[in-house]
Amino acid sequence: MSDETGRGIGHDSGRDTLHDLVVVGAGLAGLAAAVTAAGFGLRVAVLDANARAGGQYHRHRVDRPPAWAPLARLHTVEHLAEHRVWAVERGDDHFTAHAVAGERDGVAVTVRGRRLLLATGAYDRQLPFPGWDLPGVFTAGGAQALLKGNGVAPGRRAVVAGTGPFLLPVAVGLADAGVRVLAVVEASRPTPRAVALAPHSPARVVEAAGYAAALARRRIPYYTGRAVIAAHADGGALGSVTVARLDADWWVRPGTERELACDTLAVGYGFTPHLELAGQLGCASTPDGFVAVDTRQATDLPGLYAAGESTGIGGAQLSEVEGELAAYAIAGRTPPKALPRRRARLTRFAVGLRALYPIRSAWPSWSDEDTLICRCEEVPRGRIADAARHGADDVRSIKLLTRAGMGWCQGRMCAEATACVLSDVLGRPIAAPAPTRPIAVPIRLGDLAQGAS
Amino acid sequence: MSQLRPSDVVVIGAGVVGAACAHFAARAGLSVTVLDRGPVAGGTTGAGEGNLLVSDKGPGPELALALLSLRLWAELAERRDDFEYEPKGGLIVARTEAEAAAMAATAAAQRACEVTAHTVDAARLPDYEPHLSRAVVAGTHYPQDAQVQPALAAASMLRADGVRLHTGVSVTGFLRGPDERVVGVRTSHGDLAAGAVVNAAGTWSGEVAALAGIALPILPRRGFVLVTEPLPPIVRHKVYAAAYAGDVASDEADLASSAVVEGTPSGTVLIGASRERVGFDPSFSVPVLRRLAAQAIELFPVLAGASVLRAYRGFRPYCPDHLPVVGPDPRAPGLLHACGHEGAGVGLAPATGLLIARTLTGERPDVDLAPFAPTRFAEVAA
Amino acid sequence: MTDETDPAPLDRSGDAGFHLTVDGRRIPVEPGQTVGAAMLAAGIRSWRTTRFAGKPRGLFCGIGVCFDCLVTVDGTPSLRACLVTARPDDEVTTT
Repeated sequence: MSDETGRGIGHDSGRDTLHDLVVVGAGLAGLAAAVTAAGFGLRVAVLDANARAGGQYHRHRVDRPPAWAPLARLHTVEHLAEHRVWAVERGDDHFTAHAVAGERDGVAVTVRGRRLLLATGAYDRQLPFPGWDLPGVFTAGGAQALLKGNGVAPGRRAVVAGTGPFLLPVAVGLADAGVRVLAVVEASRPTPRAVALAPHSPARVVEAAGYAAALARRRIPYYTGRAVIAAHADGGALGSVTVARLDADWWVRPGTERELACDTLAVGYGFTPHLELAGQLGCASTPDGFVAVDTRQATDLPGLYAAGESTGIGGAQLSEVEGELAAYAIAGRTPPKALPRRRARLTRFAVGLRALYPIRSAWPSWSDEDTLICRCEEVPRGRIADAARHGADDVRSIKLLTRAGMGWCQGRMCAEATACVLSDVLGRPIAAPAPTRPIAVPIRLGDLAQGAS
Repeated sequence: MSQLRPSDVVVIGAGVVGAACAHFAARAGLSVTVLDRGPVAGGTTGAGEGNLLVSDKGPGPELALALLSLRLWAELAERRDDFEYEPKGGLIVARTEAEAAAMAATAAAQRACEVTAHTVDAARLPDYEPHLSRAVVAGTHYPQDAQVQPALAAASMLRADGVRLHTGVSVTGFLRGPDERVVGVRTSHGDLAAGAVVNAAGTWSGEVAALAGIALPILPRRGFVLVTEPLPPIVRHKVYAAAYAGDVASDEADLASSAVVEGTPSGTVLIGASRERVGFDPSFSVPVLRRLAAQAIELFPVLAGASVLRAYRGFRPYCPDHLPVVGPDPRAPGLLHACGHEGAGVGLAPATGLLIARTLTGERPDVDLAPFAPTRFAEVAA
Repeated sequence: MTDETDPAPLDRSGDAGFHLTVDGRRIPVEPGQTVGAAMLAAGIRSWRTTRFAGKPRGLFCGIGVCFDCLVTVDGTPSLRACLVTARPDDEVTTT
């Protein structure tokens, strides 16, 4: 049960209760699955790190929930808000989620369920460039979270940069909050024709076109084939950015650089899935590094399901459909035929859309020897290149030798970038390894020790 | 990848022990090729804390190896500045009078063997460790104990002139000459001739020995380490409970765990140490992680508020008698072993490397190799 | 240490609002806001310096992933300002 703030009831929940379904993540996929399963009579617990349900898409201010049906049915499930799940374990006939409740004063909470659904979502991928660590530079999702969850604009004059359709709602959201948005700088070149040719889902194309119109109405220029290649400080924070034209591989076209004065940069190059918990359980993954699921959203481990962005970046509608499908499978029911058809259509569209916004190989050329790759441990590109020249030819070795990826975020912000820098130095492709994080999120030693035998 | 070239010595394994063997062999004038199927320090070395300890060793052959190693580590650290070396000293603490008495007896025996051990009474413990629990009744300070960052140390030793490193190369068999002498290795990237081959494959050394038709009883003993957020200096020494030495020597298959707590130059605090014989089971055990946390807080209550950022797992290579295997194997002339160091591989690496180098160049080893002989398990196996 | 610029431009409704203090300075908070959002709304863009280079850091990812925004609230260190919901009279201390 939840009160109106969405805050969960906390630690007295369910240590001895065996739920029919435990869901990790109260975003689109997780909550859709949870309330659908609850509608079938299942006893469901949903653990979520945020104070309010809705995930990134339906992030909202405390008294302003969006009109989204599953939110209105939140009371049908046990919603455990501000519960950070740091480990999941698989037993003979059930799963156990270990969480810490409360950001400030942790309470160890253990929740057990016959089935487990991972709906852990994704976060903005970053491509490091000089100055990306300045205050005033935000991830695109971070800028949006400030607006949607807090009603706070990140600054006064903003540039939105990166790649992918997500940049558009971020720019429109900033503009509507009174921020002067100087430009949307899209590194790819998704021509209107290419967008029109994206397979299926005319609705999404119309949506994209709708954002184009929205940008035009707000007089926000939309540049393609360009990137923010550097951010510059004014005092201790962001004062301007350098925008430059890119060629097809994302090399900077010399002489095209120009500086834009701004106090805010919202930047994101697509999304990286949260895979820590899936990695702990050891379920199979797809060749491109997402959780592998079948048409029922089932993984290769009996009783373990996954839905939403951690199974492939596909957007809001697809996440919700996947969540509903998972609930049908978990409840042992046959979904209405329209549902799998809808998912197939949305999946094809997502694949087509992703192909329009690929990350090209030359982005490491935007940085220099001093550009931080690992923000937490302050490891610059030059030190990673040095280690690579001394024989470290995989991300783990780089980590052991340079500490890149060893800090607070445990490589979430830098592991992919480190792999790209390595590829750049060694001249051959290096993949970022799947994360192995036995402690999925930091936990205070005292919280970990609770329940020790 | 560059071409494999014949060398005087091939070392199998780019962990800290293989790196030390390569380093000292190269310094003795030999050409050395190091092969590893994974990266540098990709096995147990990369999962270790980097302890250089005499404090946990009673009188005997391992202590002799450890004392030689300590001198060599200090010398290496002076020659090279590319790895972290901290001669920070160890502090063993006892929580009961019985533990204190056993600790004092061990220290007395160690003092007879060149080990410096200062008894520290409860009143003076805060001078050594201000945040130590007041429940501790006595301590012993071992100023010789030290720590290195093991992956950096291995990489540093491999940078010696005369060492060629090939990672991502698997050894698939041995080349045999007349009289079945080992004259090189077969690899995933072709054959490689060598005057001698050193098996430094750590926990996987038994598999390598098997390729030569030789049985080496080396098995994995799983351990976890917790790593905290970077903190201001809280723990000055390597601090561990007196029960730890008993865990190291124990033959229990079940979990043995006692607190080992230490700070690092990067500010993180490392928390060990658990020992389980569960084969190569890669999973993480929540109960073991909880117990390590509880035991660390028992020693340093202030750590309760510190965040754990990560945990890592390693497989210590152990032999039935808890001694390493170092030296030539008469069952396969030309093959030498440098493996089975259990949790002390980093500490014992340079001495092991030096002894292997001495053997390769026909010099007399500085420490008697008999207790480490590869054939000592023969009757056990029979 | 904090680094400040002009406050962000959104309207402050303020009916049920309250205050917290940042190194003793009172700043307004709307119910449900995170500590980080309230600080940013008050024009505070960074509140931590890095261990090695001493560079300023504040909010970056805004959703609990990057840990750049760590802050001490009521004596509890290393909290993510982007996740901690502000409470009346919270005392935020920066370094």
